[in-house]
Amino acid sequence: MTNTKEKTKITEQTRRLLNRFSRKRGNLIPTLQKVQEELGYLPREAMLEVARFLDIPEIDVYGVVTFYNQFRLNPPGKHSIRVCLGTACHMKGGYITLDAWKRRLSIDRGQTTADREFDLDTVACVGCCVMAPVTVVDDKPAGQVEPTKVDGILLSFEREREKRGKEKR
Amino acid sequence: MKTVSLTIDGKEIKAPVGEKVLWAALDNDIYIPHLCARHDNSAPDASCRLCWVEIEGKSRPVTACTETVEAGMVVNTKGQAALRLARTAIELLLASNEVDCASCAKSGACELQKIAAHLKVKLKTRRFKKILRHLPVDSSSPLFTYDPNKCVLCGQCIQVCRQRLGIGALGFAHRGFNRRMTTFGDQPIGQSECQNCGDCVAACPTGALCFK
Ligand code: FES
Ligand code: FES
Repeated sequence: MTNTKEKTKITEQTRRLLNRFSRKRGNLIPTLQKVQEELGYLPREAMLEVARFLDIPEIDVYGVVTFYNQFRLNPPGKHSIRVCLGTACHMKGGYITLDAWKRRLSIDRGQTTADREFDLDTVACVGCCVMAPVTVVDDKPAGQVEPTKVDGILLSFEREREKRGKEKR
Repeated sequence: MKTVSLTIDGKEIKAPVGEKVLWAALDNDIYIPHLCARHDNSAPDASCRLCWVEIEGKSRPVTACTETVEAGMVVNTKGQAALRLARTAIELLLASNEVDCASCAKSGACELQKIAAHLKVKLKTRRFKKILRHLPVDSSSPLFTYDPNKCVLCGQCIQVCRQRLGIGALGFAHRGFNRRMTTFGDQPIGQSECQNCGDCVAACPTGALCFK
C-alpha cells in the first residue's frame, strides 16, 4: 500500500517530529501520540524511527502500539466505521453486525480498505444502548444497524460518491 | 557471602542476603512451581502467578519469586490457600493450550507437565472451558520452530534475547487473549533480527520453541 516515496516521506516527517522530544524511554507513548496526530496512523517506518530514536528494541514499540486501542497501524479511511460491542449491543447481535461490515468491506477490524474509503474498528458502548446494535459512522451513532442496514449505509455512500463524480464532470 | 537462616517446609536452610524465596527453596531441593522467573533477573516480572507460598505473619499467600528472604522467616509451600491459587493459574494456562503431549517434541521435559503433576492437576483438566488460539506455527528459522499455541507467555525467551545477548528480536505484542510472543510487525522469526543463537529455545519451558 505504501510505496518507496511515501516511505521516505514518512521517515523524514517522523524525524522532524522526534526533534521535539528527549530520548527518554518514558517518552514512548507521548512520542507515538504526536506522530499519529501528524500522520493519522503509525506506519512501520515511523515505528522504526521511534525505536531508533529511543534506542529500544523495535518490538517494544510495536508491543505498545498493538496494546493500546488509541494507536492505529493502518491509515484512516475517508469514512470511519465503529461497531459497538458494548454489553447491550453485544446482546443485540453486535458481532453479527461486525461480521457484516467485515464481509462487505473485505477487511478485518483495525484495517482500512485498499481504496482508503473506509476503516473499520470496534468500540465499547457509546452511551446510546437503546439504539442497539449501534454502529458509529463518521462519528455519528446509527441505531439498529443489522446486516441489511449495513448494506443501506454503504449504498448511500455509493450514491453520494456517484453524485460527487457527476458534479465534478 | 552473608547469609540468613530461614525455614521452608520445616527445613532449616541458609540463603544469601537479598535472595528471593523461590531460589532459596530450589537450591535446597524444595520445589515451587514457577515459569516466568529467571535467577539473573533482579526485577522479576512475576507474571505467571504460579510460585505462591505462605509465610508466617502474612495474611495472604505471596509470590516466592518476588519475596526476599529474611532471618527467621517461616515459609510453607504446601498451604491450601497458596496451592489453590497455583492450581487455578496452571488450569487457566492449560485451558488455552493444545496439550498434545503425544506428538510434542518437548514431552517429558516440559515444565507444564512437571507443574501439573506437582500440583496434582490433570493435564486434560476440564475446570475451565477450553479456548484455543489457533495461531499459525512459525518454522521460518533455520534452527527452530515456534508454535505460539503452546506458549504460556512466561517471557523467558524475551528476557534471554535482550539481557544476555542484547538483541531484542523478540517481545510481547497485542492485548488480552491475543497477546503473544512475536517480532516487530509480527514478521516470521527467520526474517527478524534473530541471529539463531538458540538461547531462547533452551530457555523455553514448554514446547513453544523447539529445535528442528
Ligand atoms: S452497548 Fe452499544 S451503545 Fe451501549
Ligand atoms: S515465578 Fe513467580 S510469578 Fe512466575
